[in-house]
Amino acid sequence: MEDIRYEAPATVAAAVKLLAGAKGTAKVLAGGTDLLVQMRSDIVVPSLIVDIKKIADTGTIKKEKGGWRIGASVPCAVLGEQAALVRDWPGVVEAAELIGSTQVQGRATLAGNLCNASPAADSVPALIAAGATVAIAGPKGKRTAKAEEIAVGPGRTSLQKGEFVVSVFLPPRPKRASDAYLRFIPRTEMDIAVVGCGIALVLDKKGLIEDARVSLGAVAPTPLLVKEAAKAIVGTSLDAQALEALAAAASAACRPIDDKRGTKEFRIKVAGVLARRAAETAYERARAK
Amino acid sequence: MARHHITTTVNGDIREVLVETTQSLLDVLRNELLLTGTKEGCGTGDCGACSVMLDGRLVCSCLVLGVEADGKEIDTIEGMAQGEELHPLQRNFLEHAALQCGICTPGFLIAARALLEKNPSPTETEVRFWLAGNLCRCTGYDKIVRAVMATAKELRETTHA
Repeated sequence: MEDIRYEAPATVAAAVKLLAGAKGTAKVLAGGTDLLVQMRSDIVVPSLIVDIKKIADTGTIKKEKGGWRIGASVPCAVLGEQAALVRDWPGVVEAAELIGSTQVQGRATLAGNLCNASPAADSVPALIAAGATVAIAGPKGKRTAKAEEIAVGPGRTSLQKGEFVVSVFLPPRPKRASDAYLRFIPRTEMDIAVVGCGIALVLDKKGLIEDARVSLGAVAPTPLLVKEAAKAIVGTSLDAQALEALAAAASAACRPIDDKRGTKEFRIKVAGVLARRAAETAYERARAK
Repeated sequence: MARHHITTTVNGDIREVLVETTQSLLDVLRNELLLTGTKEGCGTGDCGACSVMLDGRLVCSCLVLGVEADGKEIDTIEGMAQGEELHPLQRNFLEHAALQCGICTPGFLIAARALLEKNPSPTETEVRFWLAGNLCRCTGYDKIVRAVMATAKELRETTHA
C-alpha cells in the first residue's frame, strides 16, 4: 500500500471531479468494511480514496414523497433505530442487520453493500425486492438506476468512471404491504449467505396478493430479480399450491456454483425453501397492517 | 508517504497526531498514541478485539482509517475505569472469571457497555447476538455472557434504588 491519496470532499460535484480525474484505481470510501479489508490483502491497491462522509446528503435518512431516501454513508446500525422505516420496510432493515457483526453494522452501508457487488450481499436481494432505486452522480450529471442494475458480476458494477452512489431510495408503501428477508448460513450469526431471499408483497382488501417482488442472492453471479416466482403467487392468498409454485419457480431461477459453503443442488433446494418461508413472513406482516 | 495532521478526542482528551493514509485507527491508537489496551486480532473486522466507540457508535478500529478520526470522538478501554474504580462490567468480568488470556477482553468490554447503554435489560439471546462479532477462544463465552447479564441486573438495581 504505497502513496495513496486521501480526499474527503464536501460536495457531490467535488467528489465526482476527483473520481473522474483519477489516474489508476480510485475507490469510494463510506463505511470501509469491504474496502479496508481488500486494501489490507492487496486485492485492491487504490491510488485515490474519496471519503464521501463529509458530503452532507450522504449521511441522512429522509422521508421523500412518501418513501425513504437513505444516504450512501448511513451505517446499517442506524436503520433499525428508525421505527417508521422499520414499519415500512422491515425486510430491508432485517437484511441490513445481518451484515457482519454489530461492529461492522456501525460502519457498513446499503450503498456499499450494493457497490461491493458480492453475489451473496445480504441487503441486496431485500433492496431488489423492495423496488429500491439508486441515485448516482457522475461527470455527465445525475441518473437513477434500479437496485438490480448495479451489480453486473462478482465485484463488478455498472457504474462508469467518475460515478458514485449518493443515496438509495425505498419507495412509499401502500396499505397492507410488507417485506421479509431470510438467508441460510451454517451457523447462527456472522457468516456469508449460502442463499438469501427477499420478498416484498402488497395485498388487496381480501388478502389476495396484488403485487409481489422476489429476489434471490448467492445463487447466480449477481443477485436475481425472479419475476416467475412473483407471478406464481400474485392473485393468490399464498395457499399451499401457490407456495409450492413459488418454491419451484425460485429453484428454477438458480444458476449457482459449488463451493465450500454449499453445493449447487443444496442451493437450488434451499432457494425454494427460503422463498416459501420469506413469503409467509412477508404475508403475515402485510396482513397485520 | 503522505501524512495527515488530525485532531481527535480520545477518552475526553484532545489529541493531535500525524497519520499516514494507510494507517488504521487501531494503528494510530496503539503506535502513535500508545494506547495499547485496544488489541489487534484479525485485522479484518471479524474478531472484534479492536472494538472502540467512534462518535458513540461501536466499530472495529481496524476497519477505520486513522485519517477518518479527524474531528471525531473516540472512546477506548483506557477510558472505562474511573481512576482506580473499575466499571461494573470490568468488576463482573473478574468476578465471573470471564477472561483467560485477555486479548479479547477490551473488545468485549467496550461492546458490552455499548449494548447496556442501548438496552439495559437484554435477554441472554440478545447478549449473544450483540457480541457475536467478538471472538474468544478461551472461555467458551458462557462466563462472558453471565458477567454481562449480572452487570445489567446490577446496573438496573442501582438505577432504581
